[in-house]
Formats: sequence, C-alpha cells, structure tokens
Amino acid sequence: MTLLKAEDTPSPVPAPSPAAQRRKRAARVRAFLKHAVLIAFGLVMIYPLLWMIASSIKPDALIFREPSLLPTDTDFGHYADGWNALSHPFGVYLLNSAIVVLGALLGNLVSCSMAAYAFARLKFRGRAFFFGMMMVTLMVPIYVLIIPQYVMFSKIEWVNTFLPLIVPKFLATDAFFIFLMVQFFRGLPSELDEAAKIDGAGYWRIYFRILLPISLPALATTAIFTFIWTWNDFLSQLIYLTKPELQTAPVALRNYVDATSGASWGSLFAMSVVTLIPVFIVFLVGQRYLVKGIATTGMK
Amino acid sequence: MTVLRRPLSQAARKEERTAWVFLLPWFVGMAGVTLGPMIASLYFSMTDYNLLSSPKWVGFENYSKMLDDPRLRQSLSVTFIYVVLSVPLLLAVALGLAMVLNRGIKGLAFYRSVYYLPSLLGASVAVGILWRQVFGTDGLVNKFLGLFGIHGPGWISNPDTALYSLVVLHVWTFGSSMVIFLAGLRQIPEQYYEAAALDGAGRRHQFRHVTVPLLTPIIFFNLVLQIISSFQSFTQAFVVSGGTGGPSDSTLFYSLYLYDEGFGRLHMGYASAMAWLLVVIVGVLTAINFYFSKRWVFYGDGK
Repeated sequence: MTLLKAEDTPSPVPAPSPAAQRRKRAARVRAFLKHAVLIAFGLVMIYPLLWMIASSIKPDALIFREPSLLPTDTDFGHYADGWNALSHPFGVYLLNSAIVVLGALLGNLVSCSMAAYAFARLKFRGRAFFFGMMMVTLMVPIYVLIIPQYVMFSKIEWVNTFLPLIVPKFLATDAFFIFLMVQFFRGLPSELDEAAKIDGAGYWRIYFRILLPISLPALATTAIFTFIWTWNDFLSQLIYLTKPELQTAPVALRNYVDATSGASWGSLFAMSVVTLIPVFIVFLVGQRYLVKGIATTGMK
Repeated sequence: MTVLRRPLSQAARKEERTAWVFLLPWFVGMAGVTLGPMIASLYFSMTDYNLLSSPKWVGFENYSKMLDDPRLRQSLSVTFIYVVLSVPLLLAVALGLAMVLNRGIKGLAFYRSVYYLPSLLGASVAVGILWRQVFGTDGLVNKFLGLFGIHGPGWISNPDTALYSLVVLHVWTFGSSMVIFLAGLRQIPEQYYEAAALDGAGRRHQFRHVTVPLLTPIIFFNLVLQIISSFQSFTQAFVVSGGTGGPSDSTLFYSLYLYDEGFGRLHMGYASAMAWLLVVIVGVLTAINFYFSKRWVFYGDGK
C-alpha cells in the first residue's frame, strides 16, 4: 500500500543521538498501543460472528452458559438436525437462492453493461435527459415500486416463481451498476473505440471485444455486489416465494425461527452459518474488487 | 422561417440506432418495472384496494387517514430515532477509524477486512437472528456486563431498549462508509499537510483545518446516502421483532408497518399512500441536506 506518509517513514540518521533514540522508542510504543487498540476493537466487532460459529458446534445446554469461543464439549449434530428441520432439506433452499442469485447476476451483467455502454460511449438525442432519469431512480424508495410490482406480477401469475426476482435484472433496473459501469467506461481512453472503428469494427464488436474484456474490474464488482445483495435480500423473496419448496435460504431461516421458537439454538446457528458461508467466500475471493468498487461509487 | 434541424449524417444515425438497441432493456425496465409502477402506486394511493376486488377510488382519504393513525405516528418516530441516532454515530466511527488507518499503518488490509466484513453480513437474516441472541436475556452482551456485576435487561424483549439494539447493529456495519472515507483521505495531497506542518500546525490542527474541510464532500455524500438507506431499513427490524415490530411497537419501523398494511392486511391503497409519504420525507430531508451543505461542504474548486 502506498499509504505511508512522509512523517512516518524513518529518515536515515547517521549516528542516532540519545534524543533520536528516545523518539524512536516512543514512536514504537505508540504504534504498539495503536495496534493493540485496533485489534481489540476488531475482536469486539467480529466476536458475535465467532460466537455464532462456536455455538453451532456446542451442545445446546452450553450455548448460553459459556460465552467463550472454545467449547468444552462439542456437538456437530446441529448441522444435520438443522439441515432436516424444515419441510424440505436445507439444500433445497440453498439451491433456490443459488438460482435467484445466478439469474440476477447474469441479468445485471448483461443489461447494465449494455445500458452503460450506450450512456458512456454512444451519442444519441436525449442522452443527458435519460441519464438524469436513471440517476433519479437511484433515490426512489423501493416501497413505491414493490406494491404495484407485486400487483403486476400476481396478475400475470408470476408469484411463486423465480421470475419476479430475475426478469427485472435483465431490464437494467439496478441503476447503481449502470452508474458504476458508466464511470468505468468513461475512464477508458476513447482512442480505443476510434482505433477499432478505423479497423472496421462495429459497435457490437467494440462493446464485446474491447470494452468488456478491459472492464473486468467493473464487471467483477457488479457481479460480487449482486451476489451478496441478492443472497441477503429478504423482502422481495419473502413476498414472492410463499411455497415451501420455492423458498430461498433467508426466508427458510426466518421460518425456522418461527417453527422451532428456540427449541435448538445450536441448529439455528448452524443453518445461519451455512447461509453466511457463500457471502464469506465471495468476500474473501473478491475483496480487492469490493473495496475498490465501494470506494469509487460509494455503494453500501 | 422554420428552424430546420440539421439532418444527422448516416454514421450518426447508425450510432443513434445502435444506442437505442443497447438501451432497449433499460427502456423496457424503466417503463415496465419503474415508471409504470410508480404511476400505478400513485393511483393506488388514492384507492381502496385489497388485491382481490378492483381498486375503489377514494381520493385523498388514505392520506387524511394517516393524520390520525397512532401506529403510523409510532412508526415514524421509531424510524426517526433510529436514523438520528445511528447515522451520525456510524459516520463518526467510520471516519474515526479511517483516520487511524490512514496514517501509514502496517496491516491496513487486514484491519480493513475485519471492519468491513460486518457491513456485508449485516443485512442478512442470519445476523438478525444472531442479534436476537446476543442482546437476549442470556445473551453475550449481558454475559459481558455480568463480568462487571451489572445485571442487564433482556434488551430485545424490553420496549425501552429494543430499538437501541438495532441501532447498535446498524452502527456495527460502518465498514462500507469507512472504506469510502479511506478513499477520500487518500486523495488529499500530501503537500497540504507538509505546508500546514511548516506553519507549525500540530496533528490536531491539521485534522481540523486540512483533513475535515477537504473531506466534507465525502462526509456529505455518506450522510445523504446513509439517511436515504436507513429510512428504508426492513430486514433486521423484521427478524429481530419476529415480524411484529414489537415489543409494544417499539421497533415498528416505517417499512415494517408499510409491509404489514400492504402484504399483511392487504390494504394496498393505504400502503401505497404510506410509500409516497416516505418519498416526500426522504426527498425533503435530502433537499434540506443539500441546502445546508452550502454552509459546511467545501469543494476545492470554489463551487
């Protein structure tokens, strides 16, 4: 990281005077204290998560008795119990989540990159107007849309199918990602397009063969955030998927709370951990893109 | 003389046609999934509509009904308290840690990851469930307080404290704002600090007179975004309260009440009117934010 400030880099001193040595020691003590505080704070931050993981392998009787992370006794049966606690094995819900997520992901990548290409690289009448319109939609609360959308989707009998959760994504309704890609495309030199045009490439070719391949960071950011947001999404999955066999992991997890009302915390935590694992993996794999994506666009 | 539009060249016409094709999905989505529903929502808000029979026009009745609906008032005050408490707190923590991490620290990537992770998980049902236990009667928080001999209440089951556990949950997800602050801090030219140091400014002075002014556009940006999104929080209140907004409506977020009216009781008209009140509230707050921003947001180019 190139975050080192000039004042923090030790300047080469020919012969360290006692005063300089004292300063150096003081700086080292300060740095040590700083790291101690940062680590302690980080530990507090992730303690609940670690506790959840630990609780998922503790016997139920111990979960609330000992707050420590190291179980004195283990019970891995929670994972099997939780997996089969609802009307369908938990794998069904995970699979449903995966279908919704992959559909949304593909839809966002295709439709948002297409719209972004037009907004960033092509000239057409009304471009500024439509772009402004798209930006305004970023601020529209979803509650204004969700009721009429529900009415519409129930009229065409799409309730209890995955379509209401996937089809809109193919229609570039996530303006955030259009904006993100527009910003990225604008940062690319326009000579790229022009050179390709001189070589006889059409717009589709430029989009497919030139812009998309070098836009991997923007596409990755879109894919990763779509994955995590859709995986975590609850409200729309709650209203559109009411049949047990169609439910997604978050909805199933919520039903689990109601169904068992705390009969086995261990199993509940075990299934919670299971639903968090995909997000965690995506986080580990895509960290670099995540941080960059969020820093440049300020998305949540 | 009529003003003639200069006819587009053939190449320009082709470019325009291509643009329409590329934008086709967006146009369909805009009309069918965004604008159309918005107009429909406005219409529903002036009807009595239960999804089963056709909407019955009632004019502004839904809106006037809101005036003396105690649960609506409750949900508004719950949401306002939530936003007013959690947003400044979240931004302060995010900025504070960004400041600490910005100063040539070893292991930046590690700290950033640890602090950032909760903001990705925070919106999930799993963490909502976790929170119920952490702030429960036997939960982690009370176990910790017990070390100091404090006997904590059942935070979630007590109407006086339930909302605060959700505030803590929201502040816990400060990581994404922190990353934005870190990016902003990196853009402040090093020379500014050198110049300030030459003028004898200590770290505190540099923070007040260099860092904060140059960071105000980003603070403002985070503030506006956070207010808009916090007003719409749903999942965690739903999960933590078991879908009821309880105990005694103490966590009845506006979105939760709207969901209950719309999808629970099938008062689609009333819920639509509530959605438009939300638009007005968020719009007014954003406008106020922009108005006051002129006084404290500093854009380097004198804008």
